[in-house]
Amino acid sequence: MTETTFVEAIAKTLAIAMREDERVIVLGEDVAEGGPYLATAGLSEEFGRERVRNTPISEGAVCGVAIGAAQSGYKPVVEIMFIDFITLALDQLVNQAAKAHFMSGGQLSMPLVLRTQGGAGQRNGAQHSQSLEAWLTHVPGLKVVMPSNAADAAGLLQAAISDPNPVVFVENKSLYFRREDLPDPPPPVPIGQAHTLRPGKDVTIIALSRMVGDALEAADRLASDGGIEAEVIDPRTLVPLDLDTLAQSVKRTGRAVIAHEAVNAGGFGAELAAQLQAAAFDYLEAPIQRVGAPFTPVPVSPPLEDAYRPGAREIEAAVRVALEWGEYDAEPWEHGSIATSRTTP
Amino acid sequence: MDKDVAQALLRTMWRIRLFEERVGQLKRSLQVHGLIHLSIGGEGVATAVCGQLRDDDAVYSGHRAHGHAIAKGAPIDRMMAELMGRESGICHGLGGSMHLVDIEHGFMGATGVVGGNLPLALGTALTQHLNGTDQVTVVFFGDGAVQAGHFSESVNLAALWKLPVIFVCENNGMAEFTSREEHSTIERVSDVVAPYGFERTTVNGSDVPAVYDAFEQFLTKARSGAGPYLLECVTYRRRGHYEGDPEKYRDPVAEQEWAERDPLARMRARAIDEAWIDEASIEAIERDAAAEIEEAVRFARDSPFPDPQTTAALVYAQ
Repeated sequence: MTETTFVEAIAKTLAIAMREDERVIVLGEDVAEGGPYLATAGLSEEFGRERVRNTPISEGAVCGVAIGAAQSGYKPVVEIMFIDFITLALDQLVNQAAKAHFMSGGQLSMPLVLRTQGGAGQRNGAQHSQSLEAWLTHVPGLKVVMPSNAADAAGLLQAAISDPNPVVFVENKSLYFRREDLPDPPPPVPIGQAHTLRPGKDVTIIALSRMVGDALEAADRLASDGGIEAEVIDPRTLVPLDLDTLAQSVKRTGRAVIAHEAVNAGGFGAELAAQLQAAAFDYLEAPIQRVGAPFTPVPVSPPLEDAYRPGAREIEAAVRVALEWGEYDAEPWEHGSIATSRTTP
Repeated sequence: MDKDVAQALLRTMWRIRLFEERVGQLKRSLQVHGLIHLSIGGEGVATAVCGQLRDDDAVYSGHRAHGHAIAKGAPIDRMMAELMGRESGICHGLGGSMHLVDIEHGFMGATGVVGGNLPLALGTALTQHLNGTDQVTVVFFGDGAVQAGHFSESVNLAALWKLPVIFVCENNGMAEFTSREEHSTIERVSDVVAPYGFERTTVNGSDVPAVYDAFEQFLTKARSGAGPYLLECVTYRRRGHYEGDPEKYRDPVAEQEWAERDPLARMRARAIDEAWIDEASIEAIERDAAAEIEEAVRFARDSPFPDPQTTAALVYAQ
């Protein structure tokens, strides 16, 4: 074990991959300078600026270049500095990368990794703080991974680089600089495998990315403050989804809370809830609760952003709603919940 | 021009012309599927450019791609089967007219998103550059793509990184239904890229030997790793934007004018004049091409439609 951070784990994993395989190249704005969060620090010094290529601010073309290189035998890792700017690369990602293998009848493969990061909390405002991963999960042909800690980031990045399909690797800027222990070398983590971080019998909390830490915090509080045993699961991969692990847990606990930082409306939590209710309807003791951001852009002003950003407190409240469901002699629509009240567009 | 080269060009142009005329017919009887964009009038560019490339050179194309694919070596029977949605199609019926791919012959792909192929070509050229080979990448696009953001981004990046890519613009003066002057104040695409400082030229795309010579000059330099280059070929789109286009936006061209612009008729006459070929040999080329197309239609009709299970199986590579 060595102490490290999420971004150090990313940089280290990229370096290992580049050492092992000359076809791995890194492209993106400022990547040869290490990038604003140092996720590519040291790479250009070790591998040169031919394999670690700074690009102009041309997200569409840069994503396209990575796609062209991937279908020509290379393994590019392209960085879109903020997920907010993925809008500019979506044509290439959605219309070219996701469909190349399919449309060519299997002739082309697309060993492409697109790294990007989202999330609020740094007062960056509405164009540098979003969580847009749900858009990507809507596109057949893309894989979407969202690690919540340094070890998973290192392991999933290895798997993503080895994968013959386009993998969008969504990081969260709030996770970047926490100190964490990392096995040396970090073992690979298979894409499509959820991780149960805490066992529990009363309720299942399914949390994504930064919200995993918040879910564990909420679970600690629920345990010490009333003896509620929450199971916390991190899907780690959104596409393909490890529905079995999630559904088995929900069948045992009968209650589920889904937590992500993205806006609730149209968020990946909606898809999770739909798949879980189809898989475990007869076992559910309460409606599946969702915790996410309200239907507004991300504000800058600190108290407003803090209020906007869902966290452990909201997860804890949603768990209590799920647990209390049916205790009162009232019609279901009179219960309300923090999740639904925050969702309404 | 070398006789063998001239004859090979004529053979390819006939194969494209007859393939596309047949596809137009089959579209009217709904035997080929989807949006069909024919390149009749532009065969000379595809032929003169791809005729000088090797299988290990890469070509990207757009929505009007049949000619480029055939000229690059894609088998006509499997192309016909693809357009007819059959299992034996070159992409097993999953690509269709706008998304042809034949990696065996370096035809890396057509795209239905105008301009979307430009950065992909740069990516392949980047791998050629990194590998240090003499391979080159050619990307075909129309004048309509020049106004897309991808064009500016890609031209800048190709110039910045000096990639061995040759941009071949088929400027037919029409972006879908609209003439070029309604889309841009710059008439010549070669002028659009002037500030980047790389070599560029404009030729008459109906003059096949002229296209051949201009492309050959760029190709020789690109083989040594230099680039990028832009070859603008002024062509004529004989058909509508797509098959079935009512073409209310333009007047029919007089047959005389078409005869002057038709790259195939011009090349045929030139080849006889220059004694590159005799009349009997040209007729043999036409007959052979026609027979090949009919055989391709038979092959496609005899092929089954794909098993629906292939759809789910090909979403992800294993």
